Amino acid sequence: MTRPILEAKGLHVAFNGVKAADDVSIAIHDGEFLAIIGPNGSGKTTLLNICTGYIRPRSGRVLLDGHDITRLSPRAIARRGVARAFQIPQLFSTQRVIDNMMLALAATDGLWSAVRPLESPARRDEAKALLDLVGLAGDADRISSTLPEGHRKLLDIAVALALKPRLLLLDEPTSGVSALERFPLMEALMSALRQRGITALFVEHDMDVVARYASRVLVWNAGNIMAQGRPDEVFSNAQVRQRVVGVA
Amino acid sequence: MRTIFATLAVLILAVLPVAAPWLQFVLTLAIAKGFAALGVAVLLRAGLISIGHAMFFAASAYGVAFLARAGIHDFGLLLILSVLAGALVGAVAGSFLVRYRAIFFAMLNLAVSMVFYALCAKLYSVTGGTDGMPVPVPAVFGIVFAEPVFKNVLFYLSLGLMVLVGVSVQRYLNSPLGHALSAVHTNEIRLEYLGIPVWAVLLIAYVISAALAGLGGAIAGFAIGRVVPDFAFWTASGHLVLIAVLGGIGGVPGAFIGALFLELLHSAAVTVTDSWNLIVGITLIVVIMFMPQGVYGLFARREVSSL
Repeated sequence: MTRPILEAKGLHVAFNGVKAADDVSIAIHDGEFLAIIGPNGSGKTTLLNICTGYIRPRSGRVLLDGHDITRLSPRAIARRGVARAFQIPQLFSTQRVIDNMMLALAATDGLWSAVRPLESPARRDEAKALLDLVGLAGDADRISSTLPEGHRKLLDIAVALALKPRLLLLDEPTSGVSALERFPLMEALMSALRQRGITALFVEHDMDVVARYASRVLVWNAGNIMAQGRPDEVFSNAQVRQRVVGVA
Repeated sequence: MRTIFATLAVLILAVLPVAAPWLQFVLTLAIAKGFAALGVAVLLRAGLISIGHAMFFAASAYGVAFLARAGIHDFGLLLILSVLAGALVGAVAGSFLVRYRAIFFAMLNLAVSMVFYALCAKLYSVTGGTDGMPVPVPAVFGIVFAEPVFKNVLFYLSLGLMVLVGVSVQRYLNSPLGHALSAVHTNEIRLEYLGIPVWAVLLIAYVISAALAGLGGAIAGFAIGRVVPDFAFWTASGHLVLIAVLGGIGGVPGAFIGALFLELLHSAAVTVTDSWNLIVGITLIVVIMFMPQGVYGLFARREVSSL
């Protein structure tokens, strides 16, 4: 197996006595599409918050390429190539869709670009290509707050992709997306991830999506890892089927 | 279309003092306040209201007076150094003020500016106390003009600076830094996750806004010929916020339109009645109630509808 790009070792996190992570260790390797599944409130989003520096664990360490990032800010971690799409889309709601994208693209450019016009033909084309990938090319000039929830979600993912990350953390990428758009979106997303060599960790409730697209599944329950392995192995686990998938 | 409107407006402003010489002082002061209000408007883009920007206005005006007292008499040098002084005060104050938001930001700006006002008023041996400090007529490009001629030159230089600085600020607002500034208002979390340091975005904006207020203060100092602590009083800061809101924060011209509107309204109201505050107040209520985008919103909307 390839080297881990991200490792969490011995994480302990609790909120008002409820354990969100209880001595949890995980690793995600280069090129993997790791899905995290589990009941609501089991601590899946907390793991993403820890890995991106939004929450600091009571104990334990997070390593990116072997370097300790546990105490780094979300900004510092983002600059090391870790991008995130949120369960509730985090957008610049008063700005146009294309401006959201171009600002994300500008964030990866050098200092000098900060004082040049945000909109340039090259940056606009790059933004449009990413919007096209998630099916939002027609909405480029709309104010992002006017988009339907599913499209806001897609824009949030496109913004994260614009950062050209090495590791992408996706929190329920298909929630709010219509059933018809779900699989085309995932196909486009997975194709983009493979083309760009992006490793992905995604929290997901749709088991069909997980079964089809994850290379490995990790089952999170009450702050612990209940099971992990290939999708077919995990979904054949009786305990997982009963407690998480909801099939006896 | 926007460029044509702007060019026409600048040309009209340029010929107004020829037709009515008394307007020259009013317009110079309006442009000076427009610069300071533009500084306030820049921060309003991030949702931050500063009720203390008169401090920077006064800091640069006092800067001109101190530098002139130290023997510098060149207009350009005085202007540049005093604006840098305003920006420096802005960098020092901004380094801790940009950590705060909403009412805390507004109140802390007010508090710091009132400390500055008290220092200006009480340090009599340094600042001349409430008597203030004189600002002598400087040399412009090595030429020493008589005072009335200098005031004319000052007006046209201010007008030129209004165009130059206005275009520069518009470029800044169109840059990633400017867009990030607006983004602070809507989603700081996403900005951080883009790897953009919010504190740096705000500090740069704060220093720019302080420099703009300083530029206004320096021009006002030259125009009035004296600097007094009242330049930094909190009502002066409130006045700048009022101009910014009145003009409309949607674009750079708004601050100057607001300043010109208010100064001209004030000048006209004074000639009608002693209760000029009443006329100004009622007009403000009408503008705020019926023009939520400010006076500039009227022009911007017409432009859109004419497309």
